[in-house]
Amino acid sequence: MAEFDAPSGRKKVSRSALAAAQAQTHTEWETLSGSKVVTKPFLVLAAIAAVAGVLIIYRFLFGLGAVTNLSDGYPWGIWITYDVLVGTALGCGGYATAILVYVFNRWEYHPVVRSAVLTSVFGYSLAGLAIFLDIGRYWNGYKLFLPWSVNFNSVLVEVALCIAAYVLVLWIELLPTILEGSPENAKGVSLRHRLERWLPVIAAVGILLPTMHQSSLGTLMIISGHKLSPLWQTHMLPAFFLLSAITMGLAVTAFESIVSSIAFKRPFETPMLSKLLVTMAWVTVVYLILRFADLLVRGAPVFTSGFQSFMFFLETLLYAAPLLLLLSPVWEKDLRWLFLASVSMLLAGSLYRFNAFLIGYSPGPGWTYFPALSEILITLGIVALEIMGYLYFVKRYPVLPKVEHA
Amino acid sequence: MGLSRRDFLKVTAAGGLAAASSLSPAPVLAREPIARLPEGLGILYDATVCIGCKACMAACKEYNHLPPDFFTPGSLWDNPQDLSAKTVNIVKLYENGTGEVKDREINGFSFIRRFCMHCVDPACASACPVSALFKDPKTGVVKYNKDACIGCRYCQVACPFNIPKFQWDQAFPQIVKCQLCDHRIAKGGYSACCEFCPNGASIFGDVQSLRREARRRLALPVGEVAPYPMHRVDSNDFQYRTVTPYQNYIYGDRDGGGTQVLMLSGVPFQKLGLPALGVESAASQSETLYHTLYKGMIVPYVVLGGLFYLIYKNTTGHELP
Repeated sequence: MAEFDAPSGRKKVSRSALAAAQAQTHTEWETLSGSKVVTKPFLVLAAIAAVAGVLIIYRFLFGLGAVTNLSDGYPWGIWITYDVLVGTALGCGGYATAILVYVFNRWEYHPVVRSAVLTSVFGYSLAGLAIFLDIGRYWNGYKLFLPWSVNFNSVLVEVALCIAAYVLVLWIELLPTILEGSPENAKGVSLRHRLERWLPVIAAVGILLPTMHQSSLGTLMIISGHKLSPLWQTHMLPAFFLLSAITMGLAVTAFESIVSSIAFKRPFETPMLSKLLVTMAWVTVVYLILRFADLLVRGAPVFTSGFQSFMFFLETLLYAAPLLLLLSPVWEKDLRWLFLASVSMLLAGSLYRFNAFLIGYSPGPGWTYFPALSEILITLGIVALEIMGYLYFVKRYPVLPKVEHA
Repeated sequence: MGLSRRDFLKVTAAGGLAAASSLSPAPVLAREPIARLPEGLGILYDATVCIGCKACMAACKEYNHLPPDFFTPGSLWDNPQDLSAKTVNIVKLYENGTGEVKDREINGFSFIRRFCMHCVDPACASACPVSALFKDPKTGVVKYNKDACIGCRYCQVACPFNIPKFQWDQAFPQIVKCQLCDHRIAKGGYSACCEFCPNGASIFGDVQSLRREARRRLALPVGEVAPYPMHRVDSNDFQYRTVTPYQNYIYGDRDGGGTQVLMLSGVPFQKLGLPALGVESAASQSETLYHTLYKGMIVPYVVLGGLFYLIYKNTTGHELP
C-alpha cells in the first residue's frame, strides 16, 4: 500500500488529516539524495552476509547437522523461530499501518506507510529465504504449490502459501515507489496509474493475507500437544499470534522511524509516533486481558514451571512496560519513552514467539537446544541483507517521509 | 489517540466474524473423531513377557537395511541409546531403587520397546504439508514417501511419541521411521520384530484381535500358568508362562485417539517414558480449530469483502458503485 496517493478529495471525505494528506500528494516522500549507498557500515554488513554465504554453501554440501545444533528432539531452531516467526512479525509494519490508514481511515499515518512496507518486503522475502535453507529436501519444495499434492489439513500449507502470496503482494505494493524513482519512464508512469486504480483490491488482500498467516503461525503449535508447556499451549494461539503481530508491526514502524531519523540526521516525527504507540498500548491492553483470562480459565501452572515461569514473567513484563505511556501525558510525548516503549514491545513479541516455539517446547528428557555459532551467523547474515536492502532503497527511491525544509 | 466508536464498529463488521470463530469455546465444525480401520494391522507388545534380548532390534535393522548405530567410539556392535535415523526400534530399560523384581515399579525394573505406534489419527500425517507421511487406507500403517517429502520436519514437532527421525548428517536427507515392515507384509510376511521375538513379547496381527488378546491377558489371574501366542496373534504356537501382575491398562487403546500398536506392562506407562495423552488426538484438535477458521474459505472471503468495502470507501470517498 506503500505508494498509492491519498484520495483525490471528493466531497464526502471531510477529515482534516485527509485534506492534509491530499495537499501533500506526490510530495509525501523523498529520496535521501546525495548519500552514497556503499558506506563503511554497509561494507561491514556485506562482510557478515558473505560469511553467512560461505556457511550456507557448507550447509548444502554437508547437511543441516553440519551447521546447526538441531536434533530429532528440537527439529526447529532459530532459523524458524527468529528468521520466520520474529522476522515476519518485524515485517508486519506494512500490515499494521495499512490497517490504520486504509481501514480506520487514519491518513495522518500515510507518510510512514512506505518505509513500513519496505521493511516488510525485506522481512518477508528473507524469511522465505530462511525457509528454503531450513527445509531438508528443498528440491521438492515446489510441491507445496501444486494443489493436487498438498495436504489441506496441514496448517503449514496455509502458512507457506499465504506467506508466499504475501511476499508477492508486498513487492507489488513496493512497485509504485520503484516506478516513481524513474518518472521519465512513460511506461512506468502508466503502470503506476493502473496500479493506483487497483489500490482497494491490493490493500484488502495485503491486509487479509497477514491476518491469515500470522494467526496460523500460532495454530502451527496446537498439534505439538503436550510437548508445549500449558503456559503457551492454548486454542487462543492464533488470536495471540495475530495480536502480537499487530503490536510488533506498530512498534517496528515507530522504532524504524526513530532510528532512521537518528541515522540520517532528520527531524523526529514525535507527535505521529506518540499516537502510533498509544494505539499499540491499547491493543496490548486487549491482548493482556485475553492472555490472562485464558491462563486463569485453563489453570495454567504460571508459578511452578521453573525456567519457563521465569521466561513467562519476563515476556509479560516486556508486554506491560509500554502501557506506562498511557499513564502520563508527559511520557506519551517524550521521544525517549516512545523509543523504549517500541523496543520493549519488539522484545516482548519476539520473546513470546521464542517461548511458544522453543523455550516452552520440551520433547522429553535428554533433549536440549542452543543454536550453533554457524547457525547464528547465518541468521545474522540474513539480518545484514535486510538492512542492506533497506539502506539501498531509502537512498535510491522516495521512501522516507518528506521533510519540510524551512 | 483512541479509536472512535464508529471506527470500532467498522472493524467489528470486518474482522468480528474471524475473531468470533477463533474465540468460540465450542467450534461448530468440530471434526468427527477418526474410527479404527476394520482391517488395521498392528503389534501387541507385552513388557512383562519381554526379556530384553534385543533380537527385535537386530531383526529390524537387517530387514529394513538400516546401518548400525555406534554410540561409543570404537564400538564393535550396534548400541544405540535412542531412536534415530539409523534405529527405528529400540528396547529400553526402566530401573528403580535396587531393581530386584522384574515388572515392578518400586525397587524393580522393566523393559520397554519404543517404535512407531501407528496412530489411528496420526499427528504426523495431519501436519505433513505434502502428505509424505500418510496412513495406508487399508492396513492403517503410517508410511513415508520420500518423493513427496520437502524435509520441513513439522512431523517431528507434531508426533507425540517423537518417532519420525531426520538424517541430519546427509546433504540429501530423508525422514526415517518404522513402517511396520509393510514391504514384508506386501509379500505375505509380517513385521520382522515379531517374527524374530523368541519369547512372544511382540505379536503381530489385526488390531481387533490384538485388543481381544490384550483384554484376555489383563483378565488372567496372577500366578496362573496361561498360554501366550508366539509371533502372531492367530498363531497356534503357544508359550505357557506364569502370569505376572499387570497395570490394568492397555496403552494405545484410546490414548491420543488410539494407536494400532498396543502395550501392556507391569509398571505405569508414564514411568516407561510413554506420554499421558487425552482421548482426543492432537491432529483432531489442530484440524478442528484450523477448519473452523478456514472451512470453505468462507471467513477469509467475508473478511476480504469487508476490507475491500472499507478501503474503497476510505480511498475514494464514495460508497461502492
